Amino acid sequence: MKKYNPILILLVFVQSIIVLHAQQVEKSTFGVFALTNATIETVTKGRLENATVVIRNGKIEAVGPNVTIPADAQVIDCKGLTVYPGMVDSGTHLGLQEIESISVTQDYDEMGELTPEMQALTAINPNSVLIPVTRVSGVTSVIASPSGGLFPGTAALINLEGYTPEQMYAGFKAIVMNFPSTGRRGRYDRRTDEDVKKDSDKAIKKLNETWDRVKAYAAIDSSTNGKADYNPQLAALVPVYRGKATAMIEVNKESDILSALKWIKDNKIKAILTGVDEGWRVADSIAIAGIPVITGPVISQPTRESDRYDTGYKNAGIMHKAGVKVAIRTDDAENVRNLPFNAGFAAAYGMSKEDAMKAVTIVPAEIFGVADKIGSIEVGKDANIFVSTGDPFEPATQIKHLFINGWNVPLESRQSLLYDEFLNRSPGVTKESVPGKS
Amino acid sequence: MRNIIFLSLLFSFHLVVGQVPTGDMIIRKGTVLTITKGTLTETDILVQKGKISAIGKELKAPAGTKEIDATGLFVMPGIIDAHSHIGIDAVNEATNPITPEVKVGDAIDPFDMAIYRALAGGVTTSHAMHGSANVIGGQCQTIKHRYGLMDPSAFIFKDAPRTLKFALGENPIRVHGEGRGVQPRTRMGVERVIRNAFAEGQVYRDKMKAYELEKVKNPNAVPPVYNERYQTMADILDGKIIIQCHSYRADEILMLMNVLRDFGVKKITFQHANEGFKVAPELAAFGAMASVFSDWWAYKFEVYYSTAYNATILTRNGVVTSINSDSGEMIRHLYYEAAKTQRYGGLSDDEALSLITINPARQLGIDDKVGSIEIGKDADIAIFSGHPLSVYAVPQMTIVDGIVRFDKENDPSDMRIYIDPEEATPAYYGREEVDECMRGTDLMFNNRH
Repeated sequence: MKKYNPILILLVFVQSIIVLHAQQVEKSTFGVFALTNATIETVTKGRLENATVVIRNGKIEAVGPNVTIPADAQVIDCKGLTVYPGMVDSGTHLGLQEIESISVTQDYDEMGELTPEMQALTAINPNSVLIPVTRVSGVTSVIASPSGGLFPGTAALINLEGYTPEQMYAGFKAIVMNFPSTGRRGRYDRRTDEDVKKDSDKAIKKLNETWDRVKAYAAIDSSTNGKADYNPQLAALVPVYRGKATAMIEVNKESDILSALKWIKDNKIKAILTGVDEGWRVADSIAIAGIPVITGPVISQPTRESDRYDTGYKNAGIMHKAGVKVAIRTDDAENVRNLPFNAGFAAAYGMSKEDAMKAVTIVPAEIFGVADKIGSIEVGKDANIFVSTGDPFEPATQIKHLFINGWNVPLESRQSLLYDEFLNRSPGVTKESVPGKS
Repeated sequence: MRNIIFLSLLFSFHLVVGQVPTGDMIIRKGTVLTITKGTLTETDILVQKGKISAIGKELKAPAGTKEIDATGLFVMPGIIDAHSHIGIDAVNEATNPITPEVKVGDAIDPFDMAIYRALAGGVTTSHAMHGSANVIGGQCQTIKHRYGLMDPSAFIFKDAPRTLKFALGENPIRVHGEGRGVQPRTRMGVERVIRNAFAEGQVYRDKMKAYELEKVKNPNAVPPVYNERYQTMADILDGKIIIQCHSYRADEILMLMNVLRDFGVKKITFQHANEGFKVAPELAAFGAMASVFSDWWAYKFEVYYSTAYNATILTRNGVVTSINSDSGEMIRHLYYEAAKTQRYGGLSDDEALSLITINPARQLGIDDKVGSIEIGKDADIAIFSGHPLSVYAVPQMTIVDGIVRFDKENDPSDMRIYIDPEEATPAYYGREEVDECMRGTDLMFNNRH
């Protein structure tokens, strides 16, 4: 009989306890990481083969084929794998909604038409079950946006890691505006033509009246050295009026897009158009105006019965080709994880794969003014990175490692835990549980 | 457009004599994904009178047969959606928790643009279902996507078994218990409603049987009053109808299997079954099937504890599983929905494609006719630019009964058959999402699925 070293046995025993414990609650870890032997899609500086990425203090410290691996680094061999910058979803309700049909879990639509002072960041639930489900797909940052009404609130860019909204905040906010939607709204809109026209006029009038009040408030604010009467709604809009803050303007119908472009020009607003479902009809006008666009979901129906079946898929590509700066969003909450597939559909229907990748990485980073922090694999940027078996737009691809702000995040969500528990359920079927045999 | 109308009228004429139009063609040199018999490279498929008559290399076709060059393309059986509400004009008869007497097949809408858009995603057959407002809803209709025809009866899938919608959980509870103040208001009530309906069906069936026996002896025997509702329940008891049950939670799935066991009913497919994975061994033991979403969840509380690995867990436990759309939007890309099972659980290509072809065919009882590329089966075929499980694959052509119903290169942009002459510009619908499963209940509620 072999003799076992009792100390070795003890070590194995202790280690297995540690492993077991770690399995119970897998936490993100922080430190120095070296992703070696990898293919790196930098997005901004091409593809590097057999290269290394070093992560330290939450930042990308080094990138390239000839990087010396720091002695203190935890080495992760990425042979056969590809490193990508984390993807950015430019329009979601993530963190603001837990269950779609239960209004008490929805925190994106405050009462009233004019609530620009409402802060999405305040209502972000860092512990939403939806967040881990999302990030394991390689989506590391999202715009969490309020909606409903004329000015529903202030959207925020967040990273999908952290225990407080402040830890998650990624450095960009914008005032959300729903540009008045004119005309008939779908097949269940049973208003008369007259009422449709009346409602449209009223909505535009309301916007202009509101803006006149903002102008007046800004003038008083200037002349009183910031001592205008307390009015949080108007005060929140003053920076937009002064061109110091960005407005994300939701607009979708052809004629409304043109009205919005004119309104933006007339009022000299720093704007981003969002939605823009019918952008393909007026792509040149948007390009000439030089306003960036966030569009999506790409996987969506045409907006008219007479439209070709694939206009939804093609919209992003057509606008891009016309010279519009286009980012892609899902406009979702529970399935923001499908962002890469939306980009994949855009690529299948006219965008190049490279441009589709940019539309979920560096382009939104540029639109939000955070291209020095996220959107590509470059030295000095935040370490928002995922490592996959290949093209993340392909459903069969597996995500293998995930880093957000330099934290090595476990690839675990409630959905994966349910898989682990129920794939081979124990106990399986028993005498008591067999239906049809009682 | 005028041509389509003309052709439709022509075809409708044929229908008078009880036939649907069929075609002949030969599809050359495609990579053929048969689903049941492997993948064949550079293979031809010969279609005659709407059926697949030969599969092989360099086949000979009768002179004048239409040739389709599929070189470099992927050819798969037409996709089947086991749960949709397209092509019908009515979904919910939300006036009673038990309405098995109504039939959505009576409300087929040949002009529904969703049928064409489904074809543009390679879908040739769908299961047009009654909605989920009632515990025992109406009879569903398996349809073929013969878009272009104008006779509603031309869409009916000939000899498809009868199917009937059941619905458990939140929807019938909200419509009837909360909305109308009648049972069921809880999942306990849902069980009772079903047991009562089956019991009534048994009583009715016994009366009918007694009458049949009596009639032999007594020519003046008086038959019981005919009742379509209970006759339909009796037909379920007799195994003539496949139950298609809207369900989410594991407990309610088990409940229905227990009820069916007590009444000797075996044929059931659980629709949605978001928690089917939790009772996969029990489903397999019962022989029940499951038709699920690829990844929809969290749209209501009963789907909060879902997982996108559902289809994989069910498949690995031996449950015949399909992936469905329940949506005029999603039906356009079921190939991509099936592909997600490769991310979530790593199903093989054949397993993943089975989820949208042969498996839904089994669930609808039409697997002897469609769902794979085999000699003798209907020539329902979808042709893709690349492997259909790749996100970059684009459907090129869709064929039903040997007739091209979608052609990416040659179809005009506007494929409407019916155009309102008073409509100046086509109405803007936006990205409107209608809760299909609850359509027709919107006066009472406004919620998805």
